[in-house]
Amino acid sequence: MILFVNDESIFLISSGFTRLFLVLLDKQVCTSRFWFNYRHVANSLSVYRSVKRLGIPDSHIVLMLADDMACNHRNPKPATVFSHKNIELNVYGDDVEVDYRGYEVTVENFLRVLTGRLPSSTPRSKRLLSDDRSNILIYLTGHGGNGFLKFQDSEEISNVELADAFEQMWQKRRYNELLFIIDTCQGASMYERFYSPNIMALASSQVGEDSLSHQPDLAIGVHLMDRYTFYLLEFLEDIHPASKANMNDLFKVCPKSQCVSTPGHRTDLFQRDPGSVLITDFFGSVRKVEITTEVVNLTDPIEQVDESPANGEAREEMYSYVDQLPVSEIIHQKPKQKDWHPPDGFILGLWTLILLVFFKTYGVKHLKHIF
Amino acid sequence: MAAPRCSRCACLLLVFIYSLYVVVISEEPTPGNEQHASVVENPQTAAETEKQPTEERRWEATQVDETVPDDAAANKQDLPVPDSVLTSTPPLKDEFQEELVIRPLHSGDIYASFQFRTVWETDFTRGSKVSHYRLFPKSLGQVISKFSVRELHISFTQGYWRTMQWGQPYLPSPPGAELWVWFQDTVTDVDATWKELTNVLSGIFCASLNFIDSTNTVEPSASFKPLGIANGTDHRFLRYATLPREIVCTENLTPWKKLLPCGSKAGLAVLLKSEKLFHSSFHSQAVHIRPVCQDEPCKTTSLELRQTLNVVFDLHASGQGKREWSLFKMFSRTLTEACPLASSSKIYIDVTDNPEEDQFELSPATHLLSQAVVLGDRRTFSVYDLTQQVTFGTVRSLNVLIRWKSTEGDMLRPLLHAERYIAGYGLQTGEIHTLMYNNHPFRSFPVLLLDSVPWYLRLYVHTLTVTSKGKDNKPSYIHYQPSKDRMRPHLLEMLVQLPPHSVTEVTMQFERALLKWTEYTPDPNHGFYVGSSVVSALVPSTVAMNTNITKEQPLFSTFFPTKEESSYFIRVYTEPLLVNLPTPDFSMPYNVICLTCTVVAVGYGSLYNLLTRSFQVEEPSPGLAKRIANVIRKMRGVPPL
Repeated sequence: MILFVNDESIFLISSGFTRLFLVLLDKQVCTSRFWFNYRHVANSLSVYRSVKRLGIPDSHIVLMLADDMACNHRNPKPATVFSHKNIELNVYGDDVEVDYRGYEVTVENFLRVLTGRLPSSTPRSKRLLSDDRSNILIYLTGHGGNGFLKFQDSEEISNVELADAFEQMWQKRRYNELLFIIDTCQGASMYERFYSPNIMALASSQVGEDSLSHQPDLAIGVHLMDRYTFYLLEFLEDIHPASKANMNDLFKVCPKSQCVSTPGHRTDLFQRDPGSVLITDFFGSVRKVEITTEVVNLTDPIEQVDESPANGEAREEMYSYVDQLPVSEIIHQKPKQKDWHPPDGFILGLWTLILLVFFKTYGVKHLKHIF
Repeated sequence: MAAPRCSRCACLLLVFIYSLYVVVISEEPTPGNEQHASVVENPQTAAETEKQPTEERRWEATQVDETVPDDAAANKQDLPVPDSVLTSTPPLKDEFQEELVIRPLHSGDIYASFQFRTVWETDFTRGSKVSHYRLFPKSLGQVISKFSVRELHISFTQGYWRTMQWGQPYLPSPPGAELWVWFQDTVTDVDATWKELTNVLSGIFCASLNFIDSTNTVEPSASFKPLGIANGTDHRFLRYATLPREIVCTENLTPWKKLLPCGSKAGLAVLLKSEKLFHSSFHSQAVHIRPVCQDEPCKTTSLELRQTLNVVFDLHASGQGKREWSLFKMFSRTLTEACPLASSSKIYIDVTDNPEEDQFELSPATHLLSQAVVLGDRRTFSVYDLTQQVTFGTVRSLNVLIRWKSTEGDMLRPLLHAERYIAGYGLQTGEIHTLMYNNHPFRSFPVLLLDSVPWYLRLYVHTLTVTSKGKDNKPSYIHYQPSKDRMRPHLLEMLVQLPPHSVTEVTMQFERALLKWTEYTPDPNHGFYVGSSVVSALVPSTVAMNTNITKEQPLFSTFFPTKEESSYFIRVYTEPLLVNLPTPDFSMPYNVICLTCTVVAVGYGSLYNLLTRSFQVEEPSPGLAKRIANVIRKMRGVPPL
């Protein structure tokens, strides 16, 4: 008999195992607005798709897309986002959950999700529920420059802010190991300032270089993918959940001949040797199931006691539906009693001024006429 | 010699293996160890046959365990049970129905409306804790009980419903997202509960509903009366908000589909494929939760969940210009079975305009016909019952095909229709015009107009005019709540009597406000949206409406409760408005800094140099010839040139 558990139970079991089971969390962020930045959304969605294919569930993924490309009115094929020309692969799919979309993708929200400082009413799907056993993959794509990444064409996040956010995460024990991938122009500048341990970073281009897009599609009219992510996706398509490929293979993705820019990586903060780190440590998730042959007795289902008329007095009154437009009732509706508020600051100040001027001009002896 | 040694080796091997086998058998009788018994076959087969019954017995043992609760319950039944009602199997407390209505429209488009209804005999107001969810989705049940919600209506729409071309929809909805909620009387702080509820719903439906806050929430005083059972209507417990900018895409459809009992695996939900649904002129999905009467004498209430999806497919975009529609053409799927959990699963095709099959041809033919009074008119429908196996025929799949033969015939003009637009020029002032058309030839009826305008359009209420047929039309009820900057929007509710066959125009002037530079969206030149106006009306109907809601009635006719037979209730939404606010130049700070620094550097620098530098006269260096001459002169001892 196999014991099936849901996510939360596995979470509890995993605390016993330190190395064998890892809860993986992911974050894909696309930070660009407008239709011509279609490729950034396609980048994020293709990484999302690979990660889901390799076993990470939606509850462990936070996907932030700054603009809607799939249902954009300019999209000739609605509800689809393609990554290859000739429209081969729809990375949007049928089962996608975007957690932050549109105007919600801001630097503030991004940093709040990373550090966990969210308002208490934020739903679980919008939080990064990680602990010190979790490996986190962060993938950012968009427009960037030397030391910054542009969000929504109106604000930027700098590499110093990002490094500080990761340090906060380290101090709050929010990650075990972190893999940071960035696909923007001059991407290597974003990981220059990291100083927290256990971070490995990859970028699509060095400082002073631009990351280029891959290929336009003439039917859709925009570039579909960036080069680095295109070859990264090709590489990930060959990975399956039991694959033994390690990080050194990932560093070799997209050499200069294919990418035109020079991808870079940084491993000095990482404690393990990159050759011993499996790709599936970050990109995939294998649920450990425990097979047992014992029989488990399920408790009896809770008997729902019917609180019908047998139990007390029967309801005498009949319920009824409400009149949707009760004209006479509306016409004779009394105005709502508004709550009385004490006079506001402005009115109070105005009256004080009037009284002061009055007493100044006419003297205090007139007070007795008032009171 | 090799042969005897070999045979001795073989014997030793055999004995060794047998002893190992015996040892293993005595330790753990697990099925996996049968592999070791390879050479000695007879004991092995005996052991195998010995094992299989025990294995099978073990499998049967689990089955027996499962039936034990039933037996125990049956035993319990024998005992006298005085008060509480306990039965052998708990009675099914929820019921699921699904239906699809297809209405061919006169413009050649086709309108499909899905309704999935779960009725659950429970009452959250009693305070009893519910722990067993069968068909009703647990996420919504927990939301209702936690936030003490009496009624919840949420809709996501892409596109605008064109009343004049398509008629009246079965379930109206405004573009974008709309959420209105009636809370229970027990809620003390309605605003805080509303804020938490919007956040939770944004997580459930993957929508940015967390943008709903006090700046776009209103408390209507007369519109949006509860659609379900209610004993009091204190409008303090009602909240209404719209997000006209909200996009609807697959990420909203996916969690919506997951709320259905059969998901998207069986029944009518199989047809809901996003690539086809979003390639349409109008797409609207909604969730409506309300308490309804359980049976005819309405003594008890049950909770009803309706999930509706309305879609209009365009003749040219999806139909390739051919007036021929089928389930496969619309949804790229055909139906193979009804949802096994559904008590009824039907498809209705509106054939009222086609009594002799002269307008269009319907195949496969069905002899089931049903009449229903909906939207004030008696319509005839051909019915396909998916719970009957015969519907699917020999090919085991149902693909309803509607082929048009002639394109004649006019559409019945809808009785009520509303439009809205902005007049004026420039970026300072403007005027909102709302037009309401009453197309009834001789009857007039009252209409309740609800307008919620954001605070950055400062309305001048003294310029409000309501005119019908050129004359002033004084509304019998006006409720106006002025806005508060950055806190509250404007709310205007008016009850207007529309004279027959007329256009009523409501105009109001406004002034645009300048926002703080952090309040602008990343793309402010797109404009700012103003939510749709809501026109609620009791429209006179041509046939007597059915005031009793029974189970046999199709779902689309029982959404709005009718109190009297001569009129029916509809809601019409106008277009949302897109308004340009005066937008500052966001590159201005950068430009100003550059320019100022340049001017300061050039001006101050030059002035500083002029004031603080001292000037010395310097002789120019002499030419080469003169220098050589000076050198020769120095050698001679003569003074230089």
